[in-house]
Amino acid sequence: MTETTDKTIQAPEYAETERVDGRTVFTVPAERLHDAARYLRDVAGCDFLIDIVGMDWGDSLGAFYHMSPTDRPAEVITLKTATTDRETPHLESVCDVWEVAQTYEREVHDFFGIVFTGNPDMRRLFLRESWQGYPLRKDYDADPALNPLHKESEPLSDMDVVPYFTLEDGRLVGHMRQMYEEDEYIVNFGPQHPAMHGVLHLRVSLDGEVIRSVDPNLGYIHRGIEKMCESYAYPQILHLTERLDYLSGNINRHAFCLCCEKALQIEAPQRAVYVRTIMDELTRIASHLLGWGSMCMDMGSITAFVYGMRDREKVMDIFEDTAGGRLMTSYYTIGGLASDIHPDFCRKVKEFIPYMRKMLREHHMLFTGNPIAAGRMKKTGRLTLDDAISLGATGPSGRASGWSNDIRKIAPYAAYDKVDFEVPMRTGGDTFDRYMVRLDEIEQSLRIIEQLIDNIPEGPYAEKMRPIIKLPEGEYFQRVENARGQFGVHISSRGDKTPYRVKFRSPCLPLVGALKHITPGSKVADLIMIGGSLDYVIPCMDR
Amino acid sequence: MEIKRKTRIRNMRYEDFNDNESLEKYVEELRAGGVNIFVGSINDIINWGRSNSVWPLTFATSCCGIEFMCVGAARADFARFGWEVTRNSPRQADVIFVCGTIVQKMAPVLKRLYDQMAEPKYVMAVGSCAICGGPFRDSYHVVQGVGEIIPVDVYVPGCPPRPDAMLYGMMQLERKIKLQNFFKLPDQPSIPPQSGAEERPDTENKQIQS
Repeated sequence: MTETTDKTIQAPEYAETERVDGRTVFTVPAERLHDAARYLRDVAGCDFLIDIVGMDWGDSLGAFYHMSPTDRPAEVITLKTATTDRETPHLESVCDVWEVAQTYEREVHDFFGIVFTGNPDMRRLFLRESWQGYPLRKDYDADPALNPLHKESEPLSDMDVVPYFTLEDGRLVGHMRQMYEEDEYIVNFGPQHPAMHGVLHLRVSLDGEVIRSVDPNLGYIHRGIEKMCESYAYPQILHLTERLDYLSGNINRHAFCLCCEKALQIEAPQRAVYVRTIMDELTRIASHLLGWGSMCMDMGSITAFVYGMRDREKVMDIFEDTAGGRLMTSYYTIGGLASDIHPDFCRKVKEFIPYMRKMLREHHMLFTGNPIAAGRMKKTGRLTLDDAISLGATGPSGRASGWSNDIRKIAPYAAYDKVDFEVPMRTGGDTFDRYMVRLDEIEQSLRIIEQLIDNIPEGPYAEKMRPIIKLPEGEYFQRVENARGQFGVHISSRGDKTPYRVKFRSPCLPLVGALKHITPGSKVADLIMIGGSLDYVIPCMDR
Repeated sequence: MEIKRKTRIRNMRYEDFNDNESLEKYVEELRAGGVNIFVGSINDIINWGRSNSVWPLTFATSCCGIEFMCVGAARADFARFGWEVTRNSPRQADVIFVCGTIVQKMAPVLKRLYDQMAEPKYVMAVGSCAICGGPFRDSYHVVQGVGEIIPVDVYVPGCPPRPDAMLYGMMQLERKIKLQNFFKLPDQPSIPPQSGAEERPDTENKQIQS
């Protein structure tokens, strides 16, 4: 466990301080939001903005800003603010404090209609331009007649003209700015592009072969999961969590289970904790194998893809035996597991470990040592440490830039405090480092599994739960480390059997911000490779 | 391939032709001489070829896409069925696997991709999202099944379907192709018009008649 620091953050005089769910929550009035953000960033050292959770409290709209200081990464500090104006709600932007806020604020704007003054880009993030209403508001009208299904693409006028807002004498004033100059050469990548790993739409401005700017256009797989959660009971939400980032399905589900268990103040039995940890690491291996394979395929190596998928099938077999599902296992429940492990589970996992080690060497021989591949990957798409933190690029992508941000180490959950493992770190921050960190993580995951597989304790696999689970009133936030970075779950409960608000912190959304940041100056052919090395999953960022 | 000795062409039965005997004798002679020959209709041969080289479009929006990749990888290996040439351009593809959820913003893109494909073209709705919205049926932004946008030939249920299920779906489509008359392909079934959505006159989508 990390040592607790006695350094407590001095609250600014305009803030109300409370301690909720292990977090320090500062409530500030809307007009002091920017001052508080600046203070927390510069004086208190909270340089990593984890997430912005937009909220509709009925009488007021507002947001939670979860942040963390990188020198005390286990700590989570929350800034809370609200505005009572429901007609033209506006808050001050903090995108000059944390760069990642620019994307998060667009998301809050899309869902709640809150305008952020000072954010240079106030387009909708996910929904189409002509969408009526703000879906996560409690008074949203979901009548399909308001938003009928279009069979023709609407022209993307918002791609050329970008709205932004300023505050003049307390009044909200809207402006427009041109996105591109007249003679700029724009190429569309996606949404249907074979190397986009899904339906991401990038507008790339080119100067010959060199990228000038990248403008990601999201929402082609926005499924409205967070709104659906508000009408679902807690066990029903579990199956949606898996479908966010389907490659880390188990880990996402784990996060939601942990968050509910924390709220209910129960603990899963030790047997379940061990099995969950093993299954999480198997998921991570499967995800990295696929990420490795598809990244190599983006660079032209079909063999690597077939090798990666071949080894991944072994993990799928283990999942299938125990849980019945391959990709979506639906195995964890609140309070434990859905069923006990298969009698062959331990044997198969033990067989898999030496097999995977052998294959990992083969993977390195196949691709890592290839001078052409290495030559392309080295020194391209460099993400510096400061940028990684400011952009919130967690996970292997951040660790390749030298940012130690592994939740398994800094705030251990499940059985991670009982095992000995290293967090692979690199400092170059280029594509090659990101590639290597993933392969090194497979080795570490095997080490974790090795230490746990012989020690799975006997006993029950699940806590006895009531059929209807009601979380006590309050705000709960839980982070876990999924294969792409920090996955967070924020549950706001009012004591009902359904949550009042659920927010998932996607590790992939900041990664696409990082892509926007690091690609200018690279060749257009490297765009795909850099995207592959960031290894984002589009449904996770769109939710 | 199934060898039809008694070929029936259009409405004429085998017995109605005059020169069956000489043809049969000729075939016997050739076979005796060691030549491999069978008698059938051109349609059967074309369909045999078509059904064994169906080229899918590389298209996936979410989870089912991963299982689609598994079908393409070593274990399930749809190359055995002649399906392995995944095309990146809809112009070259015969079938579109709708793998994953289709949302409101993606629907026009999918429709355009379908329109860009050359006839004859087929659609497989893979997974419960593509069939009916699946787990996202209550969502404000999810299309309740791709059948609302494009006509579907084969539905493969599952969330996501196993690779074996997808292979079974492929074989069903092969069967469907083999039963078609290539020279008289039916018009693509049109989608019933929806309330609230305007229907575009389907000019590009007209069938090329032989």
